[in-house]
Amino acid sequence: MEKETCTFSYCEKPEIVEHETDLLLIGGGMACCGAAYEGVRWAEASKLKITMVDKAAADRSGAVAMGLSAINTYMGENKVEDYVRYVRNDLMGITREDLVYDLGRHVDDSVKLFEEWGLPIWKKGDDGFSLDGHQARDAGKTSLRDGGTPVRSGKWQIMINGESYKAIVAEAAKKALELNRTATGVDQNLFERVFIVRLFKDTNDPKRVAAAVGLSVRENKMYIFKAKGIVLAAGGAVNCFRPRSVKEGQGRAWYPIWNSGSGYALGMQAGAELVLMENRMVPARFKDGYGPVGAWFLFFKAKATDSLGNDYCANEDYLKDAREKYGAKYVDKLGTTIRNHMMINAMKEGKGPILMRTDLAMAKINETFIEKLGEKEGKKKVKHLEAEAWEDFLDMCIGQAGLWAGKNVEPDKVYSEIMPTEPYLLGSHAGCAGFWVSGPSDIPGTPDHYHWGYNRMSTVPGLFMAGDICGASGHKFSSGSHAEGRIAAKACIAFILDNPDFAPKPRKTADEMAAELYLPFEIYEKNKTYSTDPSVNPFYIKPDMLQARLQKIGDEYFGGISTWYMTSKTMLEEGLKQLALLKEDSGQMGAANLHELMRCWENFHRILSLEAHARHILYREESRYPGYYYRGDFNLIDDDKWKLFTCSTYDMTSGEFTMSKRDYKEIWAD
Amino acid sequence: MPSFVIAEKCDGCKAQDKTACQYICPNDLMALDRDLMKAFNQEPDQCWECYNCVKICPQQAIEVRGYADFVPLHGSVIPMRGTDSIMWTVKFRNGTLKRFKFPIRTTEEDSINPYDGKPEADMSKVKESGFFNTPARAE
Repeated sequence: MEKETCTFSYCEKPEIVEHETDLLLIGGGMACCGAAYEGVRWAEASKLKITMVDKAAADRSGAVAMGLSAINTYMGENKVEDYVRYVRNDLMGITREDLVYDLGRHVDDSVKLFEEWGLPIWKKGDDGFSLDGHQARDAGKTSLRDGGTPVRSGKWQIMINGESYKAIVAEAAKKALELNRTATGVDQNLFERVFIVRLFKDTNDPKRVAAAVGLSVRENKMYIFKAKGIVLAAGGAVNCFRPRSVKEGQGRAWYPIWNSGSGYALGMQAGAELVLMENRMVPARFKDGYGPVGAWFLFFKAKATDSLGNDYCANEDYLKDAREKYGAKYVDKLGTTIRNHMMINAMKEGKGPILMRTDLAMAKINETFIEKLGEKEGKKKVKHLEAEAWEDFLDMCIGQAGLWAGKNVEPDKVYSEIMPTEPYLLGSHAGCAGFWVSGPSDIPGTPDHYHWGYNRMSTVPGLFMAGDICGASGHKFSSGSHAEGRIAAKACIAFILDNPDFAPKPRKTADEMAAELYLPFEIYEKNKTYSTDPSVNPFYIKPDMLQARLQKIGDEYFGGISTWYMTSKTMLEEGLKQLALLKEDSGQMGAANLHELMRCWENFHRILSLEAHARHILYREESRYPGYYYRGDFNLIDDDKWKLFTCSTYDMTSGEFTMSKRDYKEIWAD
Repeated sequence: MPSFVIAEKCDGCKAQDKTACQYICPNDLMALDRDLMKAFNQEPDQCWECYNCVKICPQQAIEVRGYADFVPLHGSVIPMRGTDSIMWTVKFRNGTLKRFKFPIRTTEEDSINPYDGKPEADMSKVKESGFFNTPARAE
């Protein structure tokens, strides 16, 4: 098939803006806001310039855009090494313990800052009941910084009133950036609504990234950012798999629908090494609305059962089968994947729907409270608790509240269904797909191949990773992503100070870059009048259809919902053939406007992310994460052969992956 | 769904260069019809129902109609976001009403002074663990 080129004969050439900086932050979510806050302080002495580029508005961008009802990573009274054990167990025994430990020993400071900035954090009242952030403040409760006691919903989680969580964190980051802007005398250092599409390598140093190139989604303008160091935190990948709801409801993805795999794709373009890309996250959530279940399980002590009333995680038949396949050592820890596995088995046997017994949990609470506090005070506390249950949704998953309203669901009166969702690729929640990075050098017992340079630097010098795409170290969540952004930015500043003479010189000219980025415009304009309806035209594929085709391949061949997460060598290889054709067709994407141009490239990023995912599943000949995905041809956990990191690099020019293995080391024994 | 814009209430944020909903939508969904001078959701099936457009609209012209492929009609969830708290009105299909008020902030908007009372960075420690303001926890 002949390759299309853009000569701007049909579409208007964009204005090209070049922006030089020292530290470039790609993304605007929790990790990059942390990077901005920490980076600016370390940049002061040398007057280094820091620039942040966000495809949305920082006040409400990234995974926390809607808000959150809890902060899931706060060490507090716990030991950091126990956090390492928890993360390792939940991720089936293979994790970068140095990175997890490093995160754990840093994360609490970010949470304390959030509270200082104005995030309301629940505190324990004198009567043992919880106070919301305002009540705690008015009661003069001690801040976390001064040793205050938060309300735990689980061992590592604390409750917050988090509607404005992101707005608060972004305010601090934007103020920090503004201080840096005035100190360094630049016109602009925060670029919103600029979507980074490509990283281009350097002419003189082929290992390094010379430019990050993106497009404005508001005006016909292309930006070339040149930097001495980059922190990449552009999020995980949502909607690579066909979702359970395929019409309007596909918007209600569990993870933010705008996480389009850009973090993975950009790093892959730069040749950074990936790790554990076979890992994915399949959360069990309230059916359709995908509302959070954590607070119901941990805080309200609700139980989930199959339709016959069996607790499927305690059912001996289910457990026996799982132990035989995957080993008691993994199964008995009942991590996220194993709990999923049991639920999936119950559903496959027709024992669905799976029920979250919110009604029973609330009845129990009602009884306890009245017994303890008497009729009047008890009922008051229960009402407060009911409001807390609704807040759990209204803070972070409002659509679920809408679903309950539409279906007349009052959780104290009726159960709700839960169900495993379609797969997601991410590294900050209960998943760990991402890039292989250098860890810190001061943790005893760390093998040499874990640290070779600067903390959180990828295998590409000067390119640092944080948040969802920093691999093999899940369970950072929002606070951990912020803290990791801070760690990465500080280390990147050290790198920049050590390498002050790097003068980025991209291998491509600005015109060549523009021709590549705006090709979907050119193709659309050239061909749109061939058919009477431009949405059906043989000369291009529009981004929505590109996405639908990608999702269909992911779902049917790579272990999506339609096969109950089952795949195999033969399925993967067939799917990769289909994906290769789609990748070819991505050379003929058509975009009618800037919004669609962004969607085209977002979906191109999804293609790369999904391909890496499939290649890794194919490489690992076992089912390390039952409940997330299964290899039907290797439906076991094989510690002798596969208790190790699978790694890969992608060659942008040839389109080839190179697969490899790296040793895993247990630093903290169970 | 998708957020939708009530035609009668939307004034296209006419005094500004872009509408508030266009400014805030994390997924670039809100667009302005320049002929009508009214905003609309240009891609409803990509809407996360994050409600940021609903919360920010100065005319309260934006609401959400639940995803039609699984949410029965006639329920609604409507926020009223203030500077330190948010009020929610949840209306069930059967008419049941629930109202909630939750804190959103303990400080004034725009009051953050990011490094107030914090030490400067000690450049001799740039390659060690710890943040500029606090060392890493040692156990």
